[in-house]
Amino acid sequence: MTVSVRPGHNAPTGSDDSAPGTSRRRFLGFLVAGPTLVAASQIAVETANPTPAAANVPTGPEPGDLYDLGQLQVLATKVTSNLITVEVHKDGTVSFAVPRAEVGQGITTTMAMLIADEMDIPIHRVHVTLSKARPEFQFNQLTGGSNSVRSLYAPVRHAAAIARKRLVDTAAARWRVDASTLTVKDGVIHASDGRSATYGSLTKAAAASRPLPMTADLKPTDHLRLVGKSHNRIDAHEIVTGRKKFAMDHDVRGALPTMVCRPPTIKGTVKRVRNRAAVLKMPGITDVVTISTGVAVRGRTFGQCIDAVRALKVTWADGPVGHASDADIIAELHKNELPLAVPDISPLAKTIDLAFTFCFASNSPLETGTAIADVRAKSAEVWACLKAPIVAQQAIADRVGMPLEAVTVHVVQGGGSFGRHLFHDTALEAAEISKKMRKPVKLMWHRTDDFRQGRVHPMATSRIRVTVQGDNVLTYEQRHTSVSTDFGHGFGDLVSSFAGTLPGFNFIGLAQTVFELSQNMPYEYGLTDQVLNEVDMDFVTGSMRNIYSPDVATARELMTDRLAREMGLDPYKFRRKFLKDDRGIAVLDRLAKAGDWGRKMPHGTAQGIALHAEYKGFCATLVELDCRPRTVKRKIEDAYTGPRVTKAITVVDVGLPINPRGLEAQMMGGMMDGIAVALTSSLHLRNGHFLEGSWDNYWYTRQWNVPPKLKVIVMPQTTNQPGGAGELGVASAKAAVACAYARATGRMPTKFPVNHDEPLGFDPLPTTPSVPQSPTNGLDKIY
Amino acid sequence: MPKHTFILNGKRVHVDCPDDVRVLWVLRDILSVHGPKYGCGLNVCKACTSHINGKAFKPCSVPISDIKTDDEITTIEGLADTVKGELHPMQEAWLEMDVAQCGYCQPGQIMAAVAKVKQAHAEGRKIGDKDFDEIRNICRCGTYHRIREAILAGAKKM
Repeated sequence: MTVSVRPGHNAPTGSDDSAPGTSRRRFLGFLVAGPTLVAASQIAVETANPTPAAANVPTGPEPGDLYDLGQLQVLATKVTSNLITVEVHKDGTVSFAVPRAEVGQGITTTMAMLIADEMDIPIHRVHVTLSKARPEFQFNQLTGGSNSVRSLYAPVRHAAAIARKRLVDTAAARWRVDASTLTVKDGVIHASDGRSATYGSLTKAAAASRPLPMTADLKPTDHLRLVGKSHNRIDAHEIVTGRKKFAMDHDVRGALPTMVCRPPTIKGTVKRVRNRAAVLKMPGITDVVTISTGVAVRGRTFGQCIDAVRALKVTWADGPVGHASDADIIAELHKNELPLAVPDISPLAKTIDLAFTFCFASNSPLETGTAIADVRAKSAEVWACLKAPIVAQQAIADRVGMPLEAVTVHVVQGGGSFGRHLFHDTALEAAEISKKMRKPVKLMWHRTDDFRQGRVHPMATSRIRVTVQGDNVLTYEQRHTSVSTDFGHGFGDLVSSFAGTLPGFNFIGLAQTVFELSQNMPYEYGLTDQVLNEVDMDFVTGSMRNIYSPDVATARELMTDRLAREMGLDPYKFRRKFLKDDRGIAVLDRLAKAGDWGRKMPHGTAQGIALHAEYKGFCATLVELDCRPRTVKRKIEDAYTGPRVTKAITVVDVGLPINPRGLEAQMMGGMMDGIAVALTSSLHLRNGHFLEGSWDNYWYTRQWNVPPKLKVIVMPQTTNQPGGAGELGVASAKAAVACAYARATGRMPTKFPVNHDEPLGFDPLPTTPSVPQSPTNGLDKIY
Repeated sequence: MPKHTFILNGKRVHVDCPDDVRVLWVLRDILSVHGPKYGCGLNVCKACTSHINGKAFKPCSVPISDIKTDDEITTIEGLADTVKGELHPMQEAWLEMDVAQCGYCQPGQIMAAVAKVKQAHAEGRKIGDKDFDEIRNICRCGTYHRIREAILAGAKKM
């Protein structure tokens, strides 16, 4: 028997954003007899009123300054925070099925740290698994917006604290002593007379037979042993020994490798399969069926599926994008740019305009789209990495024509995401195939399809107009015009449902709301107006890591350097002068010192510095970029070399850093992404399809692009709340590289990545057959 | 169907499958050895990097018929058994530096690192920047910096 504990809401003692302190905070929680109890309505009523949060926010022109997207998400998750439960088992272990996806960001490690700390047990006895889709979680089973730690920090600690208190109370009652005389160490409760009992031995007695409310105190933050100290990933050993299981590593009885032959244009559809019978006779192949996205084949090995996909002769209908190319999309975006409208200001003011273009990019994780589906007559079971599994469950139920409760959706570990797994494309496709074949399938996308038909970061333009007079910036207007971003229903529903509850904020359409709530202006630039306009061109898009910010911030930071020049100030000093927030200034100062800002650089090389504020955090990056011909043109076989970032430093303040080592990892990843989208990574649209089909076409950062000197500095705790981290590092890194490029070459880049219009560095793979054959000369290249 | 046999992680294995099936699928789909990952099937991403007779190779690009009876294939699952101790020094270094993020590329990264260090040592030199430029393995999480640190640390103990 186990005891489950679920937390209640915060008692109204102390503000969420107060400075670090030592006061204990009492809160209400519940013991539950089983894991499926309904949420207490009291919590819903309480959280529907967000005004206490609004009381302390500063006034300012940007909605993102007042509330950010993350607060909206935290608000939406509070309604069901009572479903966050930890269980104490008889063997002394504690388990928690986190309603989030783990895609490398380290959420399972962070959760284990919080529980171990609050309960005083060794972290290796905390088992964090991923919860299957549970519709009762509503908005609390969604991974995105760098929000997991922000929204789970309080409820997980509460649940753990309630469990600890209940166990201590149980021991006190058994020994007839006062609970306050007992101490806990490593999951063992000790009495002053020497008696002791393990958590495991007490859990049966501690279990409740019916729901039981109780109060507990959270540990003061300065009593926490793990929070704030670096901890290695809890799955590291599994990873380095090859035992960590991703979707395709799960053995589901009868689920055979399955792949899809996809169209030569984006979202094209099957008209006719001309040789189905012949392909069915190929070695290993068991099934060939037409589905909504192409033609699926199932076989003994993926290699044989590749052979079958290549052999298929399919007549296709063009997709909605038709035969468009990059230039057509840019022209369409320009047509839709909203006018810049400088308000009536001083006639002595000077106007500066800048315009930028950001190309399509791929968030392609290294693990391609994968899912296992077993659709039977009356039930279905799916295994996939899903950031919005409840939405996936509903979509799959609809697709296979079953009631929701007949569909079980397991969330498995993901090999990266970068926004990709907010969508359930592969899981839905697998379910459709399994239903049509009437067999379990193990579906895997080919890499080439993942680039060409997978979700993309939409192409966008950004125009900025500022007016300056003397040492003041009077106005700042930014018109961001983008191919529509698909946010997926999970995220979309959350934002649409809750945006209206923010005081003074009117829902203005999904994308515009996301844009407004994620874009704040860190500088005192006077009257500020940032607007998004979207153009729906029916591409398959998604919110790639940090959504709009890497583009918007790069444009803003280049303009910031331009303004600094206008006023004859150094880029660092200019930023420092115009920054609104002391936390931002502290981050920038630390960075300038650590990065030796302003040191003399050889001709053709330069430093760049940039700052970004989001997710209640501040992040600034300094890079040194080498644009000298001998560096740009250095030869590495089948590689794009280009300008080299020789040094990169990021300083980050997330408020309360829980696991600095994990945070550093997220920042490092963000820096590699930023370098990629600034210098090398983009998709070229030609004649209705993307040309890139392999990692040697799509130049994500590789070892030869990695800065030889790299450092991440985590600022000490500045608030009592953890901010978001997963996406925070991208924007300032991209912007810093862009600024350094402008300073090193004397030419401000206006199109990103800067190499996009250079001659292609590769021969594009054909679109028919849709996937290339694997090479056979692997033994020629051993080392 | 043709029969194939070779040594996998120290044990002899037998497989019935057509000659042209790439070793990656023999390992993953037929023998259920899942350490080597699929990332492209084009010998580009290097996520499947394993060892053949102690040298790094990419199973996605080798037909099973190219594997000889006495060839010894080592995947990440068998790496630790090639040394004394519970883990290979490179795996230890990986843990020490907390290299992994999602972990998907890491079996391939570790196998590549071990081979690169052996190659450098065989040539009587320390591993350095030029070697890093030759490690083509993609890490989409971008943990390259820690990979470098771990390789340098692991190399010292090899």
